[in-house]
Amino acid sequence: MSKRVALTGNEAIAKAMQQINPDVVAAYPITPQTEIVQIFSKYVADGEVDTEFVTVESEHSAMSAVVGSAAGGARSMTATSANGLALMWEIVYIAASTRLPIVMPVVNRALSAPINIHCDHSDAMGARDSGWIQLFSENAQEAYDNAIQAVRIGEHKDVLLPVMVNLDGFIISHAVENFNINEPEKVQEFIGEYKPEHTLLDKENPITVGPLDLQDYYFEHKRQQSEAMKYALQAVKDVGQEYGRLTGREYGYFSEYRVDDAEIVLIGMGSTMGTARAAVDELREQGVKVGLIKIRMFRPFPGEELARALAHVPVIGVLDRAESFSNNGGPLFTDMHVALYGQEHKLYDFIYGLGGRDTNVSHLKGIFSMLQKAKDGEALDRVNYIGVRE
Amino acid sequence: MSKEKKPGWKDLPRGGLILDAGNAHEYQTGGWRIKRPEWIEENCIHCLFCWVYCPDSSIETQEGKMTGINYEHCKGCGICAEVCPAKKTAIEMESEGRKEDSDE
Repeated sequence: MSKRVALTGNEAIAKAMQQINPDVVAAYPITPQTEIVQIFSKYVADGEVDTEFVTVESEHSAMSAVVGSAAGGARSMTATSANGLALMWEIVYIAASTRLPIVMPVVNRALSAPINIHCDHSDAMGARDSGWIQLFSENAQEAYDNAIQAVRIGEHKDVLLPVMVNLDGFIISHAVENFNINEPEKVQEFIGEYKPEHTLLDKENPITVGPLDLQDYYFEHKRQQSEAMKYALQAVKDVGQEYGRLTGREYGYFSEYRVDDAEIVLIGMGSTMGTARAAVDELREQGVKVGLIKIRMFRPFPGEELARALAHVPVIGVLDRAESFSNNGGPLFTDMHVALYGQEHKLYDFIYGLGGRDTNVSHLKGIFSMLQKAKDGEALDRVNYIGVRE
Repeated sequence: MSKEKKPGWKDLPRGGLILDAGNAHEYQTGGWRIKRPEWIEENCIHCLFCWVYCPDSSIETQEGKMTGINYEHCKGCGICAEVCPAKKTAIEMESEGRKEDSDE
């Protein structure tokens, strides 16, 4: 039996970590992630988990510590936000390249400067090419569910990659929501025991981790990482289905909302997808054929599957909560362009919500209205900025 | 360097792990040497200073006597030649390159 609770997104993640009961957590507090570490450290102090909790002096050390513990065969977690993730940078790549299935919730927050503690996806987008699997959540329920599934996805024997569980800062992390949590035993049964094939603590079978890897071998190891990302597609799917059988909440790469007969579809990630769904409903009541695709798995990018889902849709709007400063739109827009290359869709980018700028139903309806006009032949910029003062 | 066929990405341990212990001798690192220590056997007093100081364990010995230099791992740092106390030096550094490229 699952239990209905009212918790903030941060409390939801801390609860998931409590139920996962990782061997090692090393973390450093940063707004808006701080509560996760704070609450989890209380679980440690109260003896509710068996976790070795490592207090560190920076995020660089937090990630370094979990790289070490994961190489030692420990199920390892950390959590961070924005500048903390940026400070982890080099070790974030090392975690993925060393094939260590660390799970890291990232409470998405704008990167400085100017300094800002509120939500956008610029932090996660910085780690886009680091080789981590990246899941995004719409609400506390999804953040909680993603954190638990992340353990199984990352530890899958053909995957062995770290997983970043993204949830929007403040909007999800600090808002109280009603959602279902699983029984602790069910979570333990679902994630199972972590039995890595090779670890530094296996003294009968000594190994070297992180050796020099020059012109003659480095490329092969990168090729292996590409292959692991292909296996990750299968693992995310299988684990999402198995989680569905356990909890009634099945997860895939993305979810479609009223897309079947839609002529205009918005596609995006995170908490704004709930707002966009409300906009879709209002417009549908007026007879406008609009729909929404919410991406859950951003890395690996489900390009082929998205192209299939969107094959019949003439006009597509992409919601980017990050700017890439490439003059070619946000990160999701460029990925969508690649996914839909050679197709005859009209594709437009809408950069929104930077630094926590409010994005409400009327903004989303405004975007649909712009796309409607583009569909009717009016000119529309390829990249548009929503909610910014001119 | 060895010309044997190296394993492809499908056959390598993942994440750059090395699964066998004590295999550093298989990874030949002498290729970047620009100067080569030449052992002059008749001058050698077998004090083994070179063996003690060599940072790459490249001085080969047998029963407490020097027998030669392992060029697959020697990087040509010249410490052995520097510390050699024999009256007539037993180790001389020679250029690995062409004579005309040498500054000597």
